[in-house]
Amino acid sequence: MVSTSFFTALDRIFFLLRDWLVGFLPVALRPAAGVLLGVIAIVAVFPGFFALTTVFERKGLGRMQNRLGPNRVGPFGFFQPVADGIKALTKEDVVPYRSDRIVHFLAPLVLVVTVFLGFAVLPMGRNMVLADMDAGLLFFFAMGAATELSIFMAGWSSHNKYSLLGAMRGIAQMISYEVVLLLSAVSVVMIGGSLSLSKIVEAQNSYSGVFPHWYIFTPWGFAGFVVFAIAATAETNRSPFDLPEGESELVAGYHTEYSGFKFALFFLGEYLAMFSISGLGTTLFLGGWSAPLSFFDFVPSWIWFFGKVMLSIFVFIWMRGTLPRLRQDQLMNFAWKFVLPFTLLNLFVTALWRFLGEGWLRWAVCSAILVAAWALMGRVGMRRKHFGPRSYRYAE
Amino acid sequence: MSPIFYILAAVTLGGGLAAVLLRQLVHAALAATVAFAGLALLYLQLDAQFVGFAQVLVYIGAVAILIVFAILLTRGSEVPKDGVFSRTWAVGLVVAAAVFAVLGWAVLASLRALPLAEAAPAATVHEIGVALVGRYVLPLEIVGLLLTAATVGAVIVALHEKERPKQ
Amino acid sequence: MLGEGILKGMAETAKNFFGSYVSKERLTTVEYPEERVPAAENARAFPFLVYDGPDWQAGLRCVSCQICEKECPPKCILIEKSKDKKPDYVGKPQFYPVRFDIDLSVCMSCQICVEVCPFDAIKMNTEFALATDDRFGGLLFSREKLAKSNEYYHSIHPTEAAEVDARLAEEKAKVEAKAKAAAEAAAAKAAVSASPAEGGN
Repeated sequence: MVSTSFFTALDRIFFLLRDWLVGFLPVALRPAAGVLLGVIAIVAVFPGFFALTTVFERKGLGRMQNRLGPNRVGPFGFFQPVADGIKALTKEDVVPYRSDRIVHFLAPLVLVVTVFLGFAVLPMGRNMVLADMDAGLLFFFAMGAATELSIFMAGWSSHNKYSLLGAMRGIAQMISYEVVLLLSAVSVVMIGGSLSLSKIVEAQNSYSGVFPHWYIFTPWGFAGFVVFAIAATAETNRSPFDLPEGESELVAGYHTEYSGFKFALFFLGEYLAMFSISGLGTTLFLGGWSAPLSFFDFVPSWIWFFGKVMLSIFVFIWMRGTLPRLRQDQLMNFAWKFVLPFTLLNLFVTALWRFLGEGWLRWAVCSAILVAAWALMGRVGMRRKHFGPRSYRYAE
Repeated sequence: MSPIFYILAAVTLGGGLAAVLLRQLVHAALAATVAFAGLALLYLQLDAQFVGFAQVLVYIGAVAILIVFAILLTRGSEVPKDGVFSRTWAVGLVVAAAVFAVLGWAVLASLRALPLAEAAPAATVHEIGVALVGRYVLPLEIVGLLLTAATVGAVIVALHEKERPKQ
Repeated sequence: MLGEGILKGMAETAKNFFGSYVSKERLTTVEYPEERVPAAENARAFPFLVYDGPDWQAGLRCVSCQICEKECPPKCILIEKSKDKKPDYVGKPQFYPVRFDIDLSVCMSCQICVEVCPFDAIKMNTEFALATDDRFGGLLFSREKLAKSNEYYHSIHPTEAAEVDARLAEEKAKVEAKAKAAAEAAAAKAAVSASPAEGGN
């Protein structure tokens, strides 16, 4: 019994910590201080994760390319982000002469603020959600939509053709894939019956025997998760969808003209967006903070949440280490001609799943439809593609 | 009327005014975005979560982007030399005043028709959804059809023109 | 099936990722300042002057003919000829440089000086880490800094140095043979010229 109460305490450790800290304040201030502490925790923890992720990413990418990765600053190079941070802070902040100064200054702020706001609705553990909104999912997507504007602001205000091109590409890409992202999340809402993220997690937090009822373990959930992962990668401008900042053609895209700490803010914003979208994917499809097997239930819920987020980030890095960048027309064709129709079909399949009722029939029907669609679309999409040595008209 | 309302109203009105008065088109579009955000916050202040978030998602995430794209893809973002005021500003003023009068009249009339309830009914997302596919299903379907038609039209406009066979 | 290629690629990178922790052969990285790849034999960075024997001032092969100075495209060589002469490797008296400066900040490593030198006195070094905090004086190498022994030359370009040594030895032998022949001829001539004189007397 001692161990049970210990694990319960560990599960609630952040609440206990908060209550202990708030206890020093007068009673009137306590609720406000509690909320403030939650905000501070998010604002402090995720940039820390960002710092860690940059070094892990560089080391992981190195290993995937049979290199060592950074290993000079501190033991195994783990203080590399500190060095990077000092560098970013002490660098001269160059603002182009013809740039639009106010918009140029506001763009990174808008990005970071909107991305941080997205974390407010993610349930990071049992009851660990800053703002448990009835329309949490909608709030998350609203904040995600607002980041597009900051990208436009950055690209336009820099008065640089690479920035503007990068911004245009970025916005076109984000709008296209946002449709997919939303629609793939809609199927979860259809089954979960709520836009509140904590309710969606609760709906998945039950077990058949030892196996959990995560949505990824259903045919529509698996398809939805794949589509969601594709759209999330595109939404966060990660490789292979990193066209907006394709360094081989656009210098650095919309943050070409940013230096010093403003560039660091953009970098931070991008990584935070990656964390928050991983958090959302975890919440929607991977059961949020619930344990993967019922007998692991004693492990604190927040460990599961952050573990799953870390796993998704590893997959992000893994994809970056593997896949080459798409071309703009490929990107758009992929979004509108393949992913979007498939997502719409998945919505239909989800509705079938909902109304076919329990039993093996819905498993068979839904899986058959999805697999057939996948194979068929792949076949049709590939039919007119000719792989082989490329022929050039003028450059022979 | 709380101070928060006044702050948000000032933000919204300031954004709207800036959108009208600023010379630089892109600045005007961004100012309009501020006005949209102010409106969204006003909705939130009225406990209308769904409407507020939908406002952000649709207006900031889509309409504002559409506006800036339209600016960039058409006339460029140069500042016009002869000011931003149209020569027919007086007509515009009359139209605007008329619209404002109609809106104001409608708001005031609704105040008289529906006296202020003590507590605003808290509409959950669930209720909105039920209403949308229940009572308002026909308008919803019509809007959906309209949007689909618009999308198809846009696709047709954007399609490559097939080369006509030579005569 | 769609996505097959992606999965294959992911498997490949995963193999790399885990393989790099277990097999050292995968990692080709050489961590530079601590460990270095030995320079290739035909690597070249900047010129240096070769000397024979233990004393660099006595053994400098350069005879200050100033061909390299004239041929140098960026004009980074400055030579001042001596007034007196000292014997070279075959013993012939030659001028020597009292001043031989190369401005390495100007040098473009074209190796033309090496190609034009008739005395195999200037060769290319492989030392490339010459960074200094004094960009004017620090990269202006005088003859003290430029002079490197023939052994050093052998250590960095063994094949080339052996060829040069063989050629020089051959030339030296030729000169010596010629000198010997000349001496013998002179001796014979002297003997011949001596005997009629004797006879005449």
